Amino acid sequence: MDKIRADVIVIGAGAAGLRAAIEAASMNQKLKIALISKVYPMRSHTVSAEGGAAAVIKEYDNLESHAYDTVKGSDFLADQDAVEAFVSRAPMELKNLEKWGLPWARDEQGRMAARAFGGMSVKRTFFAADKTGFYILHTLFQRSILYENIERFDEWFVTSLIVENNRFKGLTAIDIKNGTFHYFEGKAAIICTGGIGQLYKTTSNGAINTGDGMALAYRVGAPLKDMEFVQFHPTGLPGKGLLITEAARGEGGYLLNNQNERFMKRYAPEKLELAARDVVSRAIFNEIKEGRGFKGKYGDYIGLDIRHLGKDVIDKKLPTVKEMAEKYAGVNPYNELIPVRPTMHYMMGGVHTNKEAETPIAGLYAAGEAACVSINGANRLGSNSLTECLVFGSIAGYNAARFALEHDYLEVSKEEVTREENRIFDGLIKKENGIPPSDILYELKDIMEEKVGILRNGKDLEEALSSIMKLKERFKQVSVTDKSKTYNTDFIQILELDFMLDVAETITYAALKRKESRGAHYRVDFPKRDDEHFLVHQLVYKSEYEPRIELLPVVITKWKPTERKY
Amino acid sequence: MTEAKIFVRRYDPETKKSWISEYNVPVEGDTMVLDALVYIKNKIDRTLTFRYSCRMAICGSCGMVINGRPMLACQTKVAEIRTPIVVEPLYNFDVIKDLVVDMDVFMHYLKEMKPYIIRKEEPKEIIVKSEQQEPIINPSACINCMLCYAACPVFGYDQTFKGPAALSLLYRYLMDPIDQGREERLKIANDKDAVWKCSFWGECSNACPKNVDPAFNIQRMKLMLGLSSLK
Repeated sequence: MDKIRADVIVIGAGAAGLRAAIEAASMNQKLKIALISKVYPMRSHTVSAEGGAAAVIKEYDNLESHAYDTVKGSDFLADQDAVEAFVSRAPMELKNLEKWGLPWARDEQGRMAARAFGGMSVKRTFFAADKTGFYILHTLFQRSILYENIERFDEWFVTSLIVENNRFKGLTAIDIKNGTFHYFEGKAAIICTGGIGQLYKTTSNGAINTGDGMALAYRVGAPLKDMEFVQFHPTGLPGKGLLITEAARGEGGYLLNNQNERFMKRYAPEKLELAARDVVSRAIFNEIKEGRGFKGKYGDYIGLDIRHLGKDVIDKKLPTVKEMAEKYAGVNPYNELIPVRPTMHYMMGGVHTNKEAETPIAGLYAAGEAACVSINGANRLGSNSLTECLVFGSIAGYNAARFALEHDYLEVSKEEVTREENRIFDGLIKKENGIPPSDILYELKDIMEEKVGILRNGKDLEEALSSIMKLKERFKQVSVTDKSKTYNTDFIQILELDFMLDVAETITYAALKRKESRGAHYRVDFPKRDDEHFLVHQLVYKSEYEPRIELLPVVITKWKPTERKY
Repeated sequence: MTEAKIFVRRYDPETKKSWISEYNVPVEGDTMVLDALVYIKNKIDRTLTFRYSCRMAICGSCGMVINGRPMLACQTKVAEIRTPIVVEPLYNFDVIKDLVVDMDVFMHYLKEMKPYIIRKEEPKEIIVKSEQQEPIINPSACINCMLCYAACPVFGYDQTFKGPAALSLLYRYLMDPIDQGREERLKIANDKDAVWKCSFWGECSNACPKNVDPAFNIQRMKLMLGLSSLK
């Protein structure tokens, strides 16, 4: 079996992973960086981000305002020291991309143009049409080609991390193309594997968003943080879940119910459609529940109206919205409403890190959606996540590189590798006549959507948890139908499902324990925010029977929690 | 709900056998070919192998040949095309398995284009007007789905041709208002396997799902090379 060595191993090649790899590679040319991804970099889900990336660049803006908007958006659960670090580094990261050729939209003077976004008190969201994530991903990927010391492992799947005495030392992975099993020794590693959308039935996320990195870290003892906070984006296409960007509202679009009423005025009199996402999603949910939605074959929906923006604005600033409306919803947005419903969109929680992107395991770092710093708290503001990938990706890359320069490799033993090889090949591949993974996957999606969704209650969460435990039990009977070694997606999907079940358990468990409503976590049985008991992060640790939770106080520097109004 | 018949060209690399599988899939008005393939994978045949992710025509994973035309499966409606539907892997590439093709050659050509800003020194402040940006908007929209390679007759008989997407990316950096690598880039364009191998069929531009116009971009580079040789 091959051993591969790299000073820094980056898992995941989206915005965070590519940014981390570039930072580590440029810090010292002698460092060897391994960039492992289960897909080619340009397929990473960053590509689907549309609206833009936030930073304080305009002369009318200031860091304090961006920080406060973010803290308020988080329903005061964000760590304020982390938020301050985030906003102060954000401008440099966006300008860096400009130097690397990203075609940011320009204003009249030829500088970067900003648009309005939900929860942001001024225009500070920088964009390239409504394909900002696409441009960021391709710019970073193309830039990464310049660094000879980055070695890519495209279409490799990481199956486990190897940790000794709380220090990272290696990992195991499968080369998907030929099914061969390998292990890596690394001085440091960075988890940048993105989100978890595939746990839900209706999601804006791609098929690859299966929470791999969160499960990898959790299994070796790293805690997951804020897992109960799952963001539902207000405007997904019914049934398909695909995203209609918030930029549609940022550019002036309205939300209308079946009375032709801009109902957001009753929920957020000041910010209307541009309130925080959790507020808008619950409002839509409520309108539909009270019978003011339009009838559709995927359930009732609300209308997104961009007709008044005119052809010019739509074509130039919202071309993807137009394309999505026409191709996937069959409507012409020049003169028809776009049908929308909330769709699962983003995971606020993730692998617990501090603002240096360090996890509690020495040499192990995390960044982007897979990580939880936390700057997003109970609800992320739109256009903060692309920036988060850049800011904490580069911090993680720098710190991991420094760690690698100061430490030596630790040897990965034969037994450690063989144990994992047996788990996978004897435990999964050789099994015959079991059940296909898709049966369990569909059930899991239904449970998460119905019982761990926008509106939650204790009874549903208890039921969901026990159903997930049963699915974990049933997972033991799953077998691989496709016995081929080459590009075996049947097998890879089983490994992903195994990760997803662990992540689903942590989300549901954390949601059950948080007996209050805050941001995206809304408990019908505890509808009020409870700062006295729950102004804390829940850290979920793996333990033998059920997860174990430790509480971590929120870091408050400047802003005392107040009632959140938009 | 109606039923559609789908034929898929299969390939098993271990036995080197190729065959056609036939599936019947329930479809509705808005079912995409990708939805049908995912249905087959989950409900009928776990061995069927294909790449996909975003479902919204931006990640570029699900390029395949559908009824003879290179298309993205995620934005091709079953109801709008001829049935029975015939699905094949992208033409002109080596097949790894079923609908999964080997991208190595394409990734290699991308790298050869030096797809990053080349400058002597870092710019301090960047002032670029929208109109200066205009020339790169079209070529920078490429999602690397490789449909243009499957459509290109030249690449079909000569894999040493760098091909439409890679050359279009070269053009994108050549036209970038802050790039200073013009001479280096023109040299790459002038390589014997680059722009001069394009015989201007235009099929790349017809196939592009993002309206990138590689055919035009390549002819522009021929023109630039021609003009610079006159100096």
